[in-house]
Amino acid sequence: MPTSATTVLDARAVDRTLRRMADQIVELNAGTDDLVIVGIQRRGVQLADRIVRIIAAQEGVEVASGALDITLYRDDLQTVGPRPVVGLTKLPWTLDGKRVVIVDDVLYTGRTVRAALDELADFGRPARIALAVLVDRGGRELPIHADIVGRRIDVAPGQRVDVMVEELDGKDQVVVGSNDGEH
Amino acid sequence: MPGPLGKDLLGLAPLSAAQIELILDTAGPFREISERAIKKVPTLRGATIVNLFFEASTRTRISFEFAEKRLSADTVNVASAGSSVSKGETLVDTARNLEAMKIDMVVIRHSASGAARFLAERIESNVINAGDGTHEHPTQGLLDMLTLRDRFGSLKGRRICIVGDVLHSRVARSNIWGLIKLGAEVAVCGPRSLLPNAIEDMGVTVIDRIEDAIAWADALNILRLQLERMQAGYIPSLREYNRVFGVTSARLERAPKDLLILHPGPMNRGVEIDSDVADGPHSVILDQVTNGVAVRMAVLYLLAGGKPELAEAAKKGNA
Repeated sequence: MPTSATTVLDARAVDRTLRRMADQIVELNAGTDDLVIVGIQRRGVQLADRIVRIIAAQEGVEVASGALDITLYRDDLQTVGPRPVVGLTKLPWTLDGKRVVIVDDVLYTGRTVRAALDELADFGRPARIALAVLVDRGGRELPIHADIVGRRIDVAPGQRVDVMVEELDGKDQVVVGSNDGEH
Repeated sequence: MPGPLGKDLLGLAPLSAAQIELILDTAGPFREISERAIKKVPTLRGATIVNLFFEASTRTRISFEFAEKRLSADTVNVASAGSSVSKGETLVDTARNLEAMKIDMVVIRHSASGAARFLAERIESNVINAGDGTHEHPTQGLLDMLTLRDRFGSLKGRRICIVGDVLHSRVARSNIWGLIKLGAEVAVCGPRSLLPNAIEDMGVTVIDRIEDAIAWADALNILRLQLERMQAGYIPSLREYNRVFGVTSARLERAPKDLLILHPGPMNRGVEIDSDVADGPHSVILDQVTNGVAVRMAVLYLLAGGKPELAEAAKKGNA
């Protein structure tokens, strides 16, 4: 039975949540030294940009940031069809010794994060890699957990969780959608 | 299930504008991989690709090999010299024997027009045409278009003139078909003896004088003049060719605007293109080479399509 979509976080709640996450990122890394914020394509990139701006406003430091597209590291490329669109990866030249924080919109199976860890390893050997997600919806298929979570949501497998960001979708919000058997 | 391009890439004539745009859009992000310290992604891990080159090639073969290796595929190079091809084995027998060793893709260059299609219809592996006779060289056409699109933003309404030996050129055919599909205006310029009859039927304009071509165009794609054309009597002499059709800085200086200069290589400096043009500020010849690897990575990625039926089978097996 399709249920109607409900808003879990509205624009103001998204903003509040990101501010808290930015604080936690600075706290977790005991400051901003060697910090690199890496957003996962697509919506993780916009969220990472916001966090970078919040840190800049609060700490007066422009921390390094980058974008990571994990498509070419997916574990289902042999079977998924049609071919997923490849986005742009843009990272600082080396991550050796850096304190990297991966930012993504939704943490679900953990497979995206697994791919991101593999890809980051090809860019160097960070001192530490942490994971910050706006929404943790449970349902992990790999031993992966987030260090910083904006909001935990309990949803059934197959139920949609959509994070919208102003830059791509016109407004900030998190919606738990109908059970359509997809995703 | 075939991917977005189907099983094979045989030419640009059979592709839609949307398919060509998809390849070019996909190639963009692939450029970044070649800039990394570790120039490799695991995408084609476990795939075996055979580069079957029945005709001499340095640039194209190396470009394909880099593209394959940067996607983590296993590659084998077969050249006609020193292989059983020189013992008289037919193309199909060669390919079937390779296929019996469980390969996934074949990149083929052959002197016969239509060789790639002939092979594609007879084997299950994906086939990529790396140049067949005077027919097509689709990845060269694609990398030319990517280079132009980078500079122009869009190809719509842009004027591209292909200069030189269009008659024998598979690069020219792939360019003409691809560029027209993406909305460019295409002209050809060269000695009449080196232009195919009724080339206008392909939708291009013929410009007789190189000066007029330079005045008309936004970009020149200058073809290599095969030196053996002179012996065959197509042109009187290389010096005369250079005097009448050579792209020189003196001629370019008289152009109303700056032109982009493309050349598929290898160049005959001082024949179809002068050195100061080839190395000049408007030459994008080395960009073409860089883009070649990215375009080929994109084609490999898009062709080596997923096999959703495997996932379905796995799910049923688990249930």
